[in-house]
Amino acid sequence: MSQPSPQGTPQEKADFEPTIVSFVCNWCTYTGADLAGTSRLQMAPNVRVIRLNCSSRVNPLFIMKAFERGADGVMVSGCHTGDCHYSTGNYYARRRFAIFRDLADFMGLDTNRMTFSWVSASEGHKWQQVVNETSARVKALGPLRPTVEPSQEDGP
Amino acid sequence: MNTLRELARKLLHDGTVQVVIGYEEGSRGPRPAFVTDPAGAERLIFDARCVQNLAAYLNPRREHLRRLGKPAVVVKGCDARAVAGLIRESQLRREDLVVIAVRCGGVVRDPRLAGELTAETVSDRCSGCEVREPRLYDHLLGELPPAPPATHRREEKLAQLDRMSADERRAFWDGELARCIRCHACRAVCPMCFCVECMADKSQPQWIDSSPTLRGNRAWQTMRVLHQAGRCVDCLECERACPAGIPLGLLGRHVARSVERRFAYRVSDDPAVPAPMGSYRTEDGEEFIQ
Repeated sequence: MSQPSPQGTPQEKADFEPTIVSFVCNWCTYTGADLAGTSRLQMAPNVRVIRLNCSSRVNPLFIMKAFERGADGVMVSGCHTGDCHYSTGNYYARRRFAIFRDLADFMGLDTNRMTFSWVSASEGHKWQQVVNETSARVKALGPLRPTVEPSQEDGP
Repeated sequence: MNTLRELARKLLHDGTVQVVIGYEEGSRGPRPAFVTDPAGAERLIFDARCVQNLAAYLNPRREHLRRLGKPAVVVKGCDARAVAGLIRESQLRREDLVVIAVRCGGVVRDPRLAGELTAETVSDRCSGCEVREPRLYDHLLGELPPAPPATHRREEKLAQLDRMSADERRAFWDGELARCIRCHACRAVCPMCFCVECMADKSQPQWIDSSPTLRGNRAWQTMRVLHQAGRCVDCLECERACPAGIPLGLLGRHVARSVERRFAYRVSDDPAVPAPMGSYRTEDGEEFIQ
């Protein structure tokens, strides 16, 4: 388990399509992503959107679990500070993510695999940009080596 | 030591408290003592081998101890921060306990060691201690001993990890966490782990593998230490209790470092200071957010 991440051949790297899980808040980013869709903005198809009520609903366990279950990257996005539908949720979330990100880095999870962003309901273009940037960055990093061998993997 | 015994005897005799939680001599060095009878106060001791953080016994999870009645607890300055933490987070009411604080000149790493403090035997947490003179107490005992010998073991290890690449750090922690047997001693001994139901015990959904796979071990320690952000008093009881010898203190210290750098919060022995993860400032840094 201690060898460095496999780099793969250049061809394998070029063919690699990352799986990225995004946790977005219902009131800003989901609506913003919806706007990006209805505006027919082209963006990387690697991102799976999970809608939650608020960015402060995102327990760092969700991020851990996503990585454990095969995500190569995770995005978390919510309302800009001051614009939270629940007034203060994202202020708490911001503190939590800051500490989680520092800890993940300390334990050896490349923080380039995580994106935190504030995307408002009117920022369809920003969502497109965040998705494309994250996707390109994770693609360049290659697949996340799982922590256990597949034989140890339990059922689906 | 005599003042400690006298005080314990008096508190038990006049019914101020029903139990005094302190230290007594055991077969493998000092161990926690629960004195309910004034005559038993003779058993109490305190010296540099009294490593355990007795604030753990004030944790509301320990229902059997609550049934003994109102406690008096012997604390060092560092342990007093755990008492403050429990009060801060509404797990304990200040008026429900008597705090007997002792001035402390540092403790050894392991209660089985002889009580002599050298750079080799002193606990990592004692270096640069700011609370040798406790500030949260009802009774303050002892004279202030000289400062403990300095040790930089942990700072050196942290600096070494900081210099590594993410992959090297991952390999380091994989090597350490692979030994974890998931006995949850780190949770049981922790004064600040006070959830009635731990996320690691939930089965629907099962957030964390309950068997000792590397994946589960990694998730468990990450989440455990994350839940201790702004709570951990750096008593290193988790590291001492760990049968696999995993340097859990490094994780706690790293998170404390991160909390201090970002939110200018140092774990405090004043219960009135708000918990950092339960509060916020609008100007908190967000350099990592796009």
